[in-house]
Amino acid sequence: MAMQSFTTVTGPAIPLMAANVDTDVIIPIQRLVGTGRDGLGPYAFERLRYNKDGSDNPDFIPNREPYRGSPILLAAENFGCGSSREGAVWALMGMGVRCVIAPSFGDIFFANCFQNGLLPVRLPIEEIRRIAEETGASPGNARTTVDLARQVVVTPTGREIPFQVDGRKKEAMLQGLDDIAMTLKQADAIAAWKARDQAARGWAWESVA
Amino acid sequence: MPSTMFDRIWDQHVVADLGEGWSLLYLDRILVHDLSGGRAMQEVAEAGYKVAEPRHVFATPDHAVSSAPGRTAETFPVGAKLLKSLRARCAAEGVRMFDLGQRGNGIVHVVAPEMAIVLPGLTLACGDSHTCTNGGVGAMAFGIGASELSHALATQTLPQRRPGTFRIRFEGARPAGVTAKDMILAAIGRFSAAAGTGMAIEYAGSAVRAMSLEERLTLCNLSIEMGAKVGMVAPDDTTFEYLAGRDFAPKGRAWEAALADWRRLPSDAEARFTRDEVIEMASIAPQITWGTSPEQVTAVTGHAPRPEEAPDAARARNWQAALDYMGLAPGQPLIGTKVDWVFIGSCTNSRVSDLRAAAEVLRGRKRAEHVTAWVVPGSEKVKAEAEAEGLHHRFLEAGFEWREPGCALCVSANGEAVPPGARCVSTSNRNFVGRQGTGARTHLASPAMAAAAALAGTIVDVRNF
Repeated sequence: MAMQSFTTVTGPAIPLMAANVDTDVIIPIQRLVGTGRDGLGPYAFERLRYNKDGSDNPDFIPNREPYRGSPILLAAENFGCGSSREGAVWALMGMGVRCVIAPSFGDIFFANCFQNGLLPVRLPIEEIRRIAEETGASPGNARTTVDLARQVVVTPTGREIPFQVDGRKKEAMLQGLDDIAMTLKQADAIAAWKARDQAARGWAWESVA
Repeated sequence: MPSTMFDRIWDQHVVADLGEGWSLLYLDRILVHDLSGGRAMQEVAEAGYKVAEPRHVFATPDHAVSSAPGRTAETFPVGAKLLKSLRARCAAEGVRMFDLGQRGNGIVHVVAPEMAIVLPGLTLACGDSHTCTNGGVGAMAFGIGASELSHALATQTLPQRRPGTFRIRFEGARPAGVTAKDMILAAIGRFSAAAGTGMAIEYAGSAVRAMSLEERLTLCNLSIEMGAKVGMVAPDDTTFEYLAGRDFAPKGRAWEAALADWRRLPSDAEARFTRDEVIEMASIAPQITWGTSPEQVTAVTGHAPRPEEAPDAARARNWQAALDYMGLAPGQPLIGTKVDWVFIGSCTNSRVSDLRAAAEVLRGRKRAEHVTAWVVPGSEKVKAEAEAEGLHHRFLEAGFEWREPGCALCVSANGEAVPPGARCVSTSNRNFVGRQGTGARTHLASPAMAAAAALAGTIVDVRNF
């Protein structure tokens, strides 16, 4: 219920590039038991990000300059698969990520992103590899921009790659709208559905009354 | 026009068309658990809303509770806070809660079918990705995140985009040693962990029709490991016999009315699916995962892959990373690999039929001395039924621990973990890095395969053990 609005973000796109990055790796469940949503950033990718002594693991690309703190993350297919934990989104946002670009996403993670203002962008893997190559060619000053209003990714060489986004989700994200308030505008339709259904499927109601 | 079961259930629950393939869907049931339930209800209250239909919401603590024999809420103190919050919010909102030790307590996706909270044709949401399990009774059940859970509780609806449909037919007679777990792992191995993304899966075919209801729950449980939020099996007499007389099943005339509705649910013979696949049962052997994604799976007689044989460079790196984490050499046979832990439990495989299948393998033998073996029944009801049959004696005599219901080692959110570097054959659903504990190495398999591994102290082929 805390949606950050999203218009554009710019930064060096972090070439994480792994496939099937699951939400357990993004945030271990132990952290969700004891930590509030605003405190999860330091634990994002905890098992990959730190050495045993707690220092930063330089092999973990988001730890390297100039990627550290960048709002754009590049990944391969099925990013955010697995558990429904919304903490994965909170942790990513806590480490500064506002947009993940991948060929495909776990369905629940994808929905969770839009609830919070993290933009998931689907692009073909070839395009993602090219963004990574363009960034790698001059990592110090290569910048990628993601523009939600225009629905384009602007690569470091200035190429514009259009992306699809659901109109409903786009508006909600641009404006930071609360889903519950939007749904409750349909209160009459919900009441009408219930009345019809109680008549048609009384068994679905009586058994738990 | 011919339609699928999924289409029928979806269409019936549309409150409003929101455009672009989106609908506001009515939810017949919502399940909540300790990990996110109390917090979600708290947020609903803080935003000035109430739980819209408290009689249609059911709560049970499962994730963050200890499974230690004799446990109380306080055994895992961090979880105790979550449990207290769940209790307080359920009491304030009038939501039914099955507390520790009560009939109805247990893993949420074990409890919902066994109490007939979920029924054919219903929509059900829960803040847990394995909610797809409940599709085994012919419901449309799906996992959601925390924000969607708050929305669901406050409105009893959710805006959802209509997914595609994916039918997987399992045809033919089931080979020896092959369980529902092996069937779904084989399907994930064949189609990939992302194949079901954006899809609702319907499992069909002669081998599914021949399955018990509990086996169908296992089959649907791993739908999310193929990427699908929804997995379902059409209801039939097996379903109706299972549900009849259970706590929240319709009774009397309502039961007759429900049956008439349920018999109209199955997909039409001519219905078209976005994707339609057939798996011949004869092609399936007992399965075991070798890597860190459920798609990294093989017949137990297989071996760890050689990264140089991967179809592309990215996959080769991915396989190598998985082999390194799992402590396996390229090309190493899985059979004979030393096992340290065995976990029989989870919303995948903790029902009484699973425990019977595991106990069947024991035949008076004892676990290997170096193996720690846990049996965690899925619910208080499962535990009571298993104990009435004396299954617990058989596990205890074999040197297994007989524990209290909960998610336990599947999720490691409860102070319980497989130690770093230890190898665990587990009947759960995820072999992700660190899932069962930091550095823990998980091999997913059926209850019978897990029990056999505990006795042998290595991965073995249950068919000749």
